[in-house]
Amino acid sequence: MKTAVKGVPLGRRTQEQVRGSMVRADKRHRLRANTQAAVFFLMGAALVITLGFLALLVAFVASRGVRVINWTFITQMPRNAMTEGGIFPAILGTFYLVIAAMVFATPLGVASAVYLAEYARQGLLVRMIRTGINNLAGVPSVVFGLFGLAVFVKWFGFGVSILSGGITLGIVVLPTIIRASEEAILAVPRSYREASLALGATRWQTVRYAVLPSALPGILTGCILGVGRVAGETAPIMCTAATFFAPRLPGSVFDEVQALAYHIYALVTEGTHPEAQVPIAFGTALVLLALVLGVDLLAIILRVRYEGRR
Amino acid sequence: MRHRFREKFIHAVLVMVAFSSLVFLTGIMLVLFKEGLPIFQKVGVARFVLGRDWYPTHEPPSFGTLPLIAASFLVTMGAMAIAIPIGVASAITIAQVLPGRIRGIVKPVVELLAGVPSVVYGLFGMQIMAPFVMNFFGLPTGLTALTASIILGIMALPTVVSIAEDAISAVPGTYREASYALGATRWETISKVIVPAASSGIVTAALLGIGRAIGETMTVLMVAGGAAVVPTTFLQPVRPMTATIAAEMGEAPVGGSHYHALFAIAVVLFLITLAFNVAAEHVTRRFKMKVAGT
Repeated sequence: MKTAVKGVPLGRRTQEQVRGSMVRADKRHRLRANTQAAVFFLMGAALVITLGFLALLVAFVASRGVRVINWTFITQMPRNAMTEGGIFPAILGTFYLVIAAMVFATPLGVASAVYLAEYARQGLLVRMIRTGINNLAGVPSVVFGLFGLAVFVKWFGFGVSILSGGITLGIVVLPTIIRASEEAILAVPRSYREASLALGATRWQTVRYAVLPSALPGILTGCILGVGRVAGETAPIMCTAATFFAPRLPGSVFDEVQALAYHIYALVTEGTHPEAQVPIAFGTALVLLALVLGVDLLAIILRVRYEGRR
Repeated sequence: MRHRFREKFIHAVLVMVAFSSLVFLTGIMLVLFKEGLPIFQKVGVARFVLGRDWYPTHEPPSFGTLPLIAASFLVTMGAMAIAIPIGVASAITIAQVLPGRIRGIVKPVVELLAGVPSVVYGLFGMQIMAPFVMNFFGLPTGLTALTASIILGIMALPTVVSIAEDAISAVPGTYREASYALGATRWETISKVIVPAASSGIVTAALLGIGRAIGETMTVLMVAGGAAVVPTTFLQPVRPMTATIAAEMGEAPVGGSHYHALFAIAVVLFLITLAFNVAAEHVTRRFKMKVAGT
């Protein structure tokens, strides 16, 4: 009697029937609201876990690393079979490798991006190039290392050197630079090009004097992100550039170098005094982390300011 | 006249440069196959992929990579079991639940953390997570497939969150408005309208996450333990493909069977990651068509 409201026209329902259906609607509504609250709570918890994990990682590395970091640690050579002293050669080596990789990858990357954004017409050719870029970005880093070892170290005879490692890292970072540069070039308003062409400029003049200057901050952001990536890579340089210990600072591009990322790995897996080496590894990790996150933060700030201006 | 020549010249140079990525990719493939081929010929593809014994330096050596391939898949599966549910839920929260101002802070922070170098994750896993796993399960060593999975899962999180969030944000606002207008709650709108519309983007995020996890080197090299045995549980040391290559490429004599075997592992690894990347690209293209076509 009390549930049989369905099919009864609204006007012919008793007061009791109307109230009953309102109560049920209210219950349904509350169930939906509670489901939403419960699910949102769980999803919020997932986000907290994500950020929590990452915060935990940074906090641990920072708290263990900060104990050994001081001016000497950053500016001195290692002493006493890697158990004392500083990591200056590793900082310098990472710097050299980054320079070498960027010198190799930036011209190639920016020119590729200019072609894809300004010259290329849709077609098989462009699709092949894009497939190449996308799949190059997905190649595991250790495979780059193996490639560098076979081609630059052995075949070209560059040996384990800044040159071999720099080129290998340059190939690793190439897709990052192409994508960021292309995005920056495509973001330049069409009207810039039209205005330039209307003034009688050729295509290249338009690219050179109207498009590139306007895209420069975006391209720079991409390159900075590339620097962060290069500085943190370990596997590509393991057998192409890095060494655990070099008796002197590198003097030419054909010398092997110490590098921050490889130094961390070597400190915890090689050597005979783990109790003295592990703290140094955390110190090195903090320096590397600060370097990489600092560089990435710079890129993000640059991007936000640049987008704000547009 | 001079201009026309210069324009043509510049165009030609740019075309050639644009091909560099493709040239490098092809070069990598050729080198891997060329250097890996001798071992395939010597041992045979089937015995190389399905052999259960990896003793590259014994006399006579044995080049069975099943333990390494199995380890890679085990660790990747474990990592994805962590990264996909947590990552996708985080992405939905960032894109649809958080107020815009907080979102503007959380998204860059997650992207920033994607830049943490893998060797730092490795150090964290080796020095902090491994002792914890060892004591918690009462194991002889903390360097296990589980430890590697946890670290890899954490590591893949920013990638999964970032890509999935992009896909969810790309769903047109009109979808949501239409759903609200029909009286749906926010959660009903998310679960029945927005997530289905973004599903291929979310699948892309998962596929790229898998590709990244299976190719990740430093963390598994430092954390997975390194025992070349076909794994039966998560709580034993394993030796994934990437770790094997990284650990042995320095010591294998150039031109020897061991050297060729490492390239052959790289061939297998390359083909697996290529498959995931091609799949991801395919799904992305369909997603773009779907969103653009509506």
